[in-house]
Amino acid sequence: MSKTKSEKLINEKGLRVDGRKFDELRPIKIEVGTLERANGSAYIEWGKNKILAAVYGPREVHPRHLALPDRTLFRCRYHMAPFSTEERKNPAPSRREIELSKVIREAVEPSIFTELFPRTGIDVFIEVLESEGGTRCAGITATSLALADAGIPLKDLIVACAAGKVDGQIVLDLDEVEDQKGQADLPVAISLRTGEITLLQMDGIMSAEEYEKALNLAIEGCGRVHEMQREALKKKYAMEEEGAEKEGEDEVTSE
Amino acid sequence: MPLLIERRQLVLPGDILAEDDFNPGENTYREGGKIYASLTGLANIAGKNVYVVALKGFYMPIVGDLVIGKVIDLRLGGWLVDINSPYTAILPTSEAFDRSFNSRRDEMSNFLDVGDLVVVKVIAFDRTRDPQLTIRESGLGKVSKGHIVRVTPTKIPRVIGRKGSMINLLTRGTNTRITVGQNGLILVSGDRPEMEALAVRILQMIEREAHTLGLTDRVEELLKKGKGTES
Repeated sequence: MSKTKSEKLINEKGLRVDGRKFDELRPIKIEVGTLERANGSAYIEWGKNKILAAVYGPREVHPRHLALPDRTLFRCRYHMAPFSTEERKNPAPSRREIELSKVIREAVEPSIFTELFPRTGIDVFIEVLESEGGTRCAGITATSLALADAGIPLKDLIVACAAGKVDGQIVLDLDEVEDQKGQADLPVAISLRTGEITLLQMDGIMSAEEYEKALNLAIEGCGRVHEMQREALKKKYAMEEEGAEKEGEDEVTSE
Repeated sequence: MPLLIERRQLVLPGDILAEDDFNPGENTYREGGKIYASLTGLANIAGKNVYVVALKGFYMPIVGDLVIGKVIDLRLGGWLVDINSPYTAILPTSEAFDRSFNSRRDEMSNFLDVGDLVVVKVIAFDRTRDPQLTIRESGLGKVSKGHIVRVTPTKIPRVIGRKGSMINLLTRGTNTRITVGQNGLILVSGDRPEMEALAVRILQMIEREAHTLGLTDRVEELLKKGKGTES
């Protein structure tokens, strides 16, 4: 983590390179059910990040021998489109993408009731169309929504957000420049209902106090993203909320 | 503070529904004495049972369910049938012939071939083995004509209505025969194609607006309008 003295990432007014305050998120837009042919899907725009998540399943596992006798097989593929970066990216899965596929899977899987449909598989495809730092957090947030959209039983929605250290200051939601030129990056994924942290990575160096501060800031950011996540999921069913307000005797039969 | 929701309130996975002396019903779970939703849907209470009517889901086979499936493969022991579920079902050869099946004498594809649609019933399923089907009951068998409408399996109760009210209204109104598979596939067949098309349109409307109130009235209205334009 080298830092060139000439470049300032935080100016005299305390504003960052893109004009944000230290605890400000980039603008976020979330859409649920974007893809028609997937069982569940979500699209997220987080700053300049543009990410699609698609869920297929539960369905039969192929190849068959991978199926688990007591729970569903949850598979994730994080992939960056060749045009998602400044310089063309080779479409073949890189070391980084394989790692991110793994950490996203491990961040989201604890929220799924996998034991309810043994011998099946759930496949998630996370496609990064445009990237600007913090794709893993955006990817996790979108994946959890896509799973909820697919009608897969979940314990909670998983949210993720990063914090880090830039120019000696603890800041929320690092973008690409801050990630590369800053001193530390700390992505966190969490189930806010229980407070269980399902992803915690750190790149760079922070003191114990700084770490504590960054973690709390990241969790606070997660809270804000969580609200947007809920809004997006509710919006898809906005119609029936209007309907529910109208009084009527005819009820949904549940049996 | 036992109940924390209103009737028909939209809930998301992880939302708290009730505490203490309630029982977790469909699409909910209990953790630390509290009941939470596990799916997106409308929360409801029946007695002490708190449950969620899911807005979208997949079909888990239940023994005794009538389902509509598609033959996807022929195997030695039977036909593999896609029943719109995470599990592929098996229709054993013994179901098709009265005498014992002999692969040298009988040709399986003469009875059912890949791509055929069948109305079948689930006779066994327990998560450790794939669901087994039967075709030997009245009303079951190969589908020869009609339209197939696909809806989310969780909305099937709405299509049927209370004690079959919705489906009766629709069959009477359009003069068609409607077979509702619990797996979300609905077969509509009638003598007149325009009535078939009307029934299909209404079924699609029911799926779109399944979670709203006053649906029966709107169906009646559409039936009236549909018949008016056509006579």
